[in-house]
Amino acid sequence: MTGYILRRLAYMVPVLFLITLFIFFLVRFVPGDPAAIMLGTRASEENTAELRAYLKLDEPYWVQYGVFMRNLASGDLGDSIRQRRPVTDILMERLPPTLFLVTYAAILSVLITAPLATAAALNRGRWIDQAVRVYALVALAMPAYWIGMMLLQVFAVKMQVFPVAGYGDGFLGHLESLFLPALALALAVSSILIRSLRNSILETLGADYVRTARAKGLNGRSVFVWHVLRNSAMSTATILAVNLAFLIGGTTIVETIFAVPGMGQLLVKAIFDRDYPIIQGMTLAIGVLVLFINLITDISYAILDPRLSYS
Amino acid sequence: MSAATATTSTRAPTTLSAAGEPAASRASGQWRRFVNPLLVLGGVIVGLAILFVIVYPMVSPHSPTEPNFSVETFAPSSWAHPLGTDNFGRDTLTRLAYGGRIDLVIAFAATSVTLVVGGALGLAAGYFGGWFDSLLMRLVDFTLTLPYLVLVIALVAVLGTGAWNIVYAIWLVGWVAYTRIIRAETLVARRLEYVEAARVIGMGEHRIMFRHILPNVVSAALIFAMADMVLNILVSTSLSFLGLGVQPPNPEWGLMVAEARDFFLRDWRLITYPGLAVLVVGAGFGLIGDGLAQALRPRG
Repeated sequence: MTGYILRRLAYMVPVLFLITLFIFFLVRFVPGDPAAIMLGTRASEENTAELRAYLKLDEPYWVQYGVFMRNLASGDLGDSIRQRRPVTDILMERLPPTLFLVTYAAILSVLITAPLATAAALNRGRWIDQAVRVYALVALAMPAYWIGMMLLQVFAVKMQVFPVAGYGDGFLGHLESLFLPALALALAVSSILIRSLRNSILETLGADYVRTARAKGLNGRSVFVWHVLRNSAMSTATILAVNLAFLIGGTTIVETIFAVPGMGQLLVKAIFDRDYPIIQGMTLAIGVLVLFINLITDISYAILDPRLSYS
Repeated sequence: MSAATATTSTRAPTTLSAAGEPAASRASGQWRRFVNPLLVLGGVIVGLAILFVIVYPMVSPHSPTEPNFSVETFAPSSWAHPLGTDNFGRDTLTRLAYGGRIDLVIAFAATSVTLVVGGALGLAAGYFGGWFDSLLMRLVDFTLTLPYLVLVIALVAVLGTGAWNIVYAIWLVGWVAYTRIIRAETLVARRLEYVEAARVIGMGEHRIMFRHILPNVVSAALIFAMADMVLNILVSTSLSFLGLGVQPPNPEWGLMVAEARDFFLRDWRLITYPGLAVLVVGAGFGLIGDGLAQALRPRG
């Protein structure tokens, strides 16, 4: 197991390296002096010169990259141009709402997917199956910004059932404030999950051990709950993990619409402010987040699934 | 968005089938596979959408951008304005047509180039392997780790806002999905017997790659390309919605939704129509993708 975890960590290294390389060059490909770009338009001559020296911008790229990595290792991502304080501090404030939103959306998407996919699989080829298929197609093509705006206008502005914006206070406050944004995200993700879960249930229904359980005389419902759903849950978790990047990408849109103070909203804002240290920091954080959650998912499988040997 | 489509297929070559059949009926049999309800419905939806965005701007007497205060703002549907007018008295249907034109051009430009380039890279990586393959796969891992939307947004931060910059940003990151799919398919196809046979009788590498492997692997990429069209329409309209793409007063579906947000309680139609347009066109491409999958992979 330790060997597997180590190998899994080693596999992350080249990807992490490319992510740092990407955000390193991101700022350097913007036309103009990187130091001036990172300090914004109101920076003084001395400050710019100071940063140039600090980041060794007159040296070749590989030296600059070395400095960049050294700073990164000590948690220094530079200062935000707009907010004039360290990007790392801002990141720590922005991380919890995004994590909450993503987890919430993932749970909601499973709650939407499981019953629909089950109904479709058990009624294969009948109208319920067709209806679920149409739902999946519509959810796939439905823009998150559009359904987000509609939910906001109808349930928050007009009917005032949910707060219009923000993150709320305390756990219940978060649950209430983030319900609509999480729902908008969950609808988009459910389109991908439903098809996979439906097919996975159909596959399991035909498996030998399910037939054996039936032959033993277990009734249909308990076979379904204990054997079919449990196995399909595993595959749904896999598909969810695979599409995690898609889910996190969607936060840029819904956080902007619902004014959730998370990383996605900040990233979009930073582009209008030309706040490049923030753009670098948020992009890196999102990449690391995806890698980290994927790692946890893989390790949980290794622990949970005794059939697979990872030594 | 789409690991689901990346399954491998080992379709047998069709050249050996139907020995004594007349060529004409064999060809019609080939053709009949493509006449399935999904494909036809999707084709009709997308065809009508393309027709609409090309023809309607030519016949519409209204300007998509110039405010027109001589007509009623938020006007209800009428013969002159089939979907009514917006807050500037501009004809909504005309704006939808011009906006859709931009969105379809962006999505097509983005998808077609990534399909060809990504596919070619995947074919080469799968066929030749080696360091080129390893390097390419690390790039693919990296790109798939960062959310597509975040990558495109980060690149637009460098390139600047605007419709074509979205296309360039997608070109830079969109190819990886095709590379991964085609590479996986090529790895399978490379071991098929008739490819071995072609090699044994001394055919050149290029001929084997393009004449024997490519036809076998291209269907997976085409099916994915339809899902990718949906994704690219969603990404480009999302960026315009955020203010990073097409700029006002030009019409664009995502931007139209953003502009209508302040008027929802006054007139819900302004937000609803452009979103529906995205949805219908996206669903059309989705149906074509499903139909192609049915036609090209009978087992699937």
